[in-house]
Amino acid sequence: MAVRNLDAAPTVIELDQVNKWYGQFHVLTDIDLQVKQSEKIVICGPSGSGKSTLIRCINRLEEHQAGTIAVSVDGRRIELTSDVKNVEAIRKEVGMVFQSFNLFPHLTILDNLTLAPIWVKKMPKKEAEDIAMGLLRRVRIPEQAQKYPGQLSGGQQQRVAIARALCMRPQIMLFDEPTSALDPEMVKEVLDVMIELAGEGMTMLVVTHEMGFARSVADRVIFMDRGEIVEQGPPTEFFANPRNERTRTFLSQILHH
Amino acid sequence: MSQATEAGPATARPARLPPTTDDGFVGWLRKNLFSSIGNSITTIVVVAFLVWLITWFVDWALLHATFRAETGKDCAKSSGACWALIGEKFRYIFFGSFPYEQHWRPLFAIITMIAMLLLSSDRRMWNWRLAVIWPVGSFITFLLMFGQIHIPVTLIFLVALIAGLGGFLLRRDVADQGERVAYMALMAIGAVYLVLRILGVLPGLAIPIAPFSYVETGLWGGLAVTMILATYGLAFAFPYGILLALGRRSNLPLIRGLCVGFIELIRGVPLISLLIMASLMLPLFLPSGMNFDKFLRAQVAVILFAGAYIAEIVRGGLQSLPKGQFEAADAMGLNYVQKTVFIVLPQALRVVIPPLINTFIGFFKDTSLVLIIGIFDFLSTSNQALVDPLWTGYPGEVYLFAAAVYFFFCFSMSRYSKYLERELNKGTQR
Ligand SMILES: Nc1ncnc2c1ncn2[C@@H]1O[C@H](COP(=O)(O)OP(=O)(O)OP(=O)(O)O)[C@@H](O)[C@H]1O
Ligand SMILES: [Mg+2]
Repeated sequence: MAVRNLDAAPTVIELDQVNKWYGQFHVLTDIDLQVKQSEKIVICGPSGSGKSTLIRCINRLEEHQAGTIAVSVDGRRIELTSDVKNVEAIRKEVGMVFQSFNLFPHLTILDNLTLAPIWVKKMPKKEAEDIAMGLLRRVRIPEQAQKYPGQLSGGQQQRVAIARALCMRPQIMLFDEPTSALDPEMVKEVLDVMIELAGEGMTMLVVTHEMGFARSVADRVIFMDRGEIVEQGPPTEFFANPRNERTRTFLSQILHH
Repeated sequence: MSQATEAGPATARPARLPPTTDDGFVGWLRKNLFSSIGNSITTIVVVAFLVWLITWFVDWALLHATFRAETGKDCAKSSGACWALIGEKFRYIFFGSFPYEQHWRPLFAIITMIAMLLLSSDRRMWNWRLAVIWPVGSFITFLLMFGQIHIPVTLIFLVALIAGLGGFLLRRDVADQGERVAYMALMAIGAVYLVLRILGVLPGLAIPIAPFSYVETGLWGGLAVTMILATYGLAFAFPYGILLALGRRSNLPLIRGLCVGFIELIRGVPLISLLIMASLMLPLFLPSGMNFDKFLRAQVAVILFAGAYIAEIVRGGLQSLPKGQFEAADAMGLNYVQKTVFIVLPQALRVVIPPLINTFIGFFKDTSLVLIIGIFDFLSTSNQALVDPLWTGYPGEVYLFAAAVYFFFCFSMSRYSKYLERELNKGTQR
């Protein structure tokens, strides 16, 4: 991976002292995070540490209760408030891929891809379909366009889900454990698509336990535990000499498995 | 069989066919009806009973039946069914007190409604075509039934305003220049007329369409009444029930409260009491001079009642959707209406087709309760046909006939439910 100078790039996501509770349970504690344009961040940590909650706050699938979250859209800084306009503007620019794919089972693959561009971006149908077919070729399943999600394998479904998110031409992509629900032989085909995407300069936040992916793609690895960012750094440093005890325990568990 | 091997895969493994399971008619009999002594005895007993029943019925309904008779007395000469009674009364049973020489009007109204229902049952029609089929079909139906319809000019302009506004709002971003101008023109024309009308500048005119003699709803009866009550009852209750179900899951406490209150209130009372309320108590609350047609009031009661039940069924479908579907739609930036129309309802309604059609069938039959408030639906006219002193003593024939007609409609709906499930799940099965 080419060494890029991220310091010069503009900040596209800014989290400042973000806190969130589920009832009494403090799920995110004082999260500070800045993401530069085309930076790739891998977030890891034990189950229940708040990784999903963190990235879901960025597109308002979850609501944070204290602190600020802001996303830059075309150089304009938009803060996530309860203002629906802001939420909509941010969601247009932020694509998301889920662990369980969440494709729409009643729509064909092509319709899954074109729905949002047509209705949210008001794109003419023809143009949306051209873009969709281009993306399906990129994720290497153009021949499945007229099928339904239920007729595809898990790996194919997840690639469709990635293409569906990309069809909105987002500037930022969020991935929540995109390969955890897949059989081992399908993990690679999805990771390959993600690596390709990273090479094109997409800003990516990826929750994953695929440490190989983190090593080769990430600019920064973040370790979360009990709702806090415990440690972060470039992958070489992060894996070679983790400073925090909790990080060491986690890494030893996950790497010696 | 030989070509199966020829056309086999290049790896040269000969294709093998599954073992044949067809052992012929005798084999089928042995496997399904006589597989053990117990099964054989059961089969023989059931077959004997069926044979006895069918012989008896054929004997009663055909061999010893009377098809032609002057009065009921002539039927008594034979031991079989008195179908002459049906022949004598079927026009009353189908059309009630509708003027005798005008019976072709309800007949064509029924045919129009059946055509309308058949057309809208085809999935390929589920688009703008429905918006043509229903107004046109309804207009023909009610023109035939009433004989005369006066269309207020205001209504036409109101429709123009709504159509223009709706088109503009829904297609603002996709329509080309010409289409947008058309919507705005419609809106402008409608708005200007309505303002002038409200200011009293223009008189309230109505366009009379009066090809036939006027027949008031009090004279309507029979199958046409049952069909109108059921068709329009369900046609309005369905979207209304969907809105109630969505409202019940709304984040806005006021809307949610209203919907829950309404659903529970309606579900807590029998349809009969609702009908009686609509026919006897509603007029007491309305300002004097204002008078709704009794038929219309019964129709509204049916709609309200069916809506509450449909709402609960649809809610079940909404709850069956995985959370991920909502999240994916949200994450893509779809707004509430888009999410509901494109993602949520298509999936939720698919799941609830069987209970939904079940409710539809129930309501088709429940419309017969309107006889309580003096509306002559199909069952009431069948009842009435029995009171003729010349034809006493043959209720079985009439009820059997009525049952056959009800069965025809209900069974059609049941088959349609099957077809719809298959049709909508094409390709989407896992
Ligand atoms: N809707 C909710 N209500 C209450 N508690 C919740 C809710 N969603 C998540 N939690 C709790 O918040 C904590 C963090 O959840 P989160 O899904 O963010 O964890 P995670 O780090 O993504 O874990 P995993 O690796 O298992 O996906 C967990 O303890 C979870 O039980
Ligand atoms: Mg998670």
